[in-house]
Amino acid sequence: MLRRSLLAGSAGLLAAPFVAPSVKAQGRTEIQFWYGLGGALGERVAEQVQRFNESQSRFRVNASFRGSYVEVMTGAIAAWRAGTPPHIGQVFEVGTATMMAAGPAIRPVYELLGEAGIELDPRRYLPGVRGYYSDTQGRLISMPHNSSSALMWINLDAFERAGLSTTRLPRTWAEVREAARRIRERGAAQMAATTAWPTWVMYEQMSAIHDVGLATRANGFEGLDAEMNLGHPFFLKQTSMLLEMQRAGDFTYGGRDGAGGAAFPAGQAAISFNSSAGRAQVERDARFRWASVVLPHHDDVIASPRNGVIGGASLWVFTARNRTAEEYRGIAEFFRFISDVEQDKWWHQVTGYVPLTFAAYEASRAEGYYERNPGADAAITQLSRAEPTPNSQGFRLGGFVEIRNIIQEELERGFQGQQDAATAMANANRRANVVLRNFERANRRT
Amino acid sequence: MRRKVIFPGTALPYLLLAPQLAITAVFFFWPAGEAVWYSFLRQDAFGISTQFVGLENFQDLFADPLYLQVVRNTLVFSVSVTAIAMSVALLLAVLADRHIRGRETYRTLLIWPYAVAPAVAAVLYIFLFHPNIGLFGRALNGMGVAWDYRLNGDQAMLVVVLAAAWKQVSYNFLFFLAGLQSIPRSVLEAAAIDGARPVRRFWTVVFPLLSPTTFFLLVINLTYAFFDTFGIIDALTKGGPANATQTLIYRAYIDGRVNLDLGSSSAQSVVLMVAVMVLTLFQFRFIERKVHY
Repeated sequence: MLRRSLLAGSAGLLAAPFVAPSVKAQGRTEIQFWYGLGGALGERVAEQVQRFNESQSRFRVNASFRGSYVEVMTGAIAAWRAGTPPHIGQVFEVGTATMMAAGPAIRPVYELLGEAGIELDPRRYLPGVRGYYSDTQGRLISMPHNSSSALMWINLDAFERAGLSTTRLPRTWAEVREAARRIRERGAAQMAATTAWPTWVMYEQMSAIHDVGLATRANGFEGLDAEMNLGHPFFLKQTSMLLEMQRAGDFTYGGRDGAGGAAFPAGQAAISFNSSAGRAQVERDARFRWASVVLPHHDDVIASPRNGVIGGASLWVFTARNRTAEEYRGIAEFFRFISDVEQDKWWHQVTGYVPLTFAAYEASRAEGYYERNPGADAAITQLSRAEPTPNSQGFRLGGFVEIRNIIQEELERGFQGQQDAATAMANANRRANVVLRNFERANRRT
Repeated sequence: MRRKVIFPGTALPYLLLAPQLAITAVFFFWPAGEAVWYSFLRQDAFGISTQFVGLENFQDLFADPLYLQVVRNTLVFSVSVTAIAMSVALLLAVLADRHIRGRETYRTLLIWPYAVAPAVAAVLYIFLFHPNIGLFGRALNGMGVAWDYRLNGDQAMLVVVLAAAWKQVSYNFLFFLAGLQSIPRSVLEAAAIDGARPVRRFWTVVFPLLSPTTFFLLVINLTYAFFDTFGIIDALTKGGPANATQTLIYRAYIDGRVNLDLGSSSAQSVVLMVAVMVLTLFQFRFIERKVHY
């Protein structure tokens, strides 16, 4: 009867038989790499791994798709508890705090590279990317892998039908609201505006861009005792605006997480907010002229917006009792390989993720990639247009997956008309603080 | 009444039982025991630091108004799924039991949905009810009904109940059909000769004789609604909007696997385990008495 609740015990038990112990196959050291990108993006991961394997004969990286980001992370954690973790696990950015708090379970990347004698200057990486995955001393803890940022996607045909300019696109929220109102009034699209990833776009990105902390203690970078800051007037303003737009019919809630993203390439939504990594899909599916631009800001809050934050995932090195120095060496070599300018540039251009390094960005620009693909550099601009402040370097909040869901739930209650913006933010703040305190208690090392 | 087989000695019966007992021990008692133990602990995701916190996980749970809402959701969900799945299946079984042309085909078609995986069933329902891409969803909106299960909690509950019940109808149908076929013709003919009309024959003769099947299905359906509907909810609504379709099992999954809070998740599993034990006990104690074998 309790098949579904064999959570603790069986997770490890089930994971165990699938993990081949690291063996030397044909004289090569095997490195297990679990990732969570499906479809076309997953194929690109496999392609890059194959290139690494062909580039040398000492190591073989064995990449396997393990389901969603959540499944990769929980699977790898369960496997670590059972003593058979993969060498490398791809963990999404919201899992960062949980991984950082995992002390003996992970090996920081700067340590790993240091032991292998590989020098990777953290300053090679884009600030928004580097900051998210570094400790307070600026040392890389995990390896940047696939990073995106949120962008505003605009259906230019719908704008034209509404009589809006297709060259001077909205830059502020006031302009977005005005455009959405016109689109609704002229019936230029089924939905005026919608969003994917409601928490990530409307709260995390907006908090960074407007330099207002989502939480205290530099968004948790300075300690586990951070508290949520959703009671700040800025978040009230942002929430009120969304609720007002929805009530007027200018904004349509598209569902949690990525669910709202489908309406834009289908031509149903005139304005959409979604990850820059959605570019490949839009290019393939959109039967209309479109543009991707940086996110709007409230010009009455900040005159020149700060940098946005990243989304996506990074690569974590798991420890295990029987790991050999040679295996760690193999992991380090793989990390060096994917940071290589040619590799990084290729990854950026075929996936739509931002390049990890400045060098790959420069190389792409030099070969005219952004002239051929206008808007492909909007995410990079947004990530690097300002030096990150403590409020815009990223988030290191324990239980962040849960916090994201809490914000989505309270926002939904607002959209349902069950509560106003102030109550929504107060509830989200209170519930998220409980999560933070529980995480603090569970992870306090004495 | 029941035939007993007498084994010489005790070794053979234990040996024959051993595989089943071993499976029960490994896949039920061991994890269930672990869940009980973990429910008293507070741990980080990796199990690096562990504290014994006594009943605190349970106290937190029952002090959480959202958890109480989840209990209510689960009751509404389970009762609705069971009622719909069983009544529709009974109706279909009665219809398919009659002498009609092509009844083998009907039967086969009715059994099909059982082979559909929960997540696939959910996707089918998305294609039916999604307000933008769904067949009915678009039609409803076209008729002026404000249909959007992504934001309307009651509509979301309706969709997950329909999807979960639809999947279970086939299973119930099979058992009801077998039950109907095992009712002796002579009893029905006797009732007909006495002048009982079909509806009356059904309620006074057929339905009581079906009661063992109905009782069995009641237990199975409630268990299904409690434990096996997770995939449907996950793919359709993820427990939303707000917490409108979050059930006990779904929340235990979210807290354990997604939020990595094993203590709370284990406490919820223990609560579920106790609830189902009480429910089953209650059913056998009070409802089974009314069942005619």
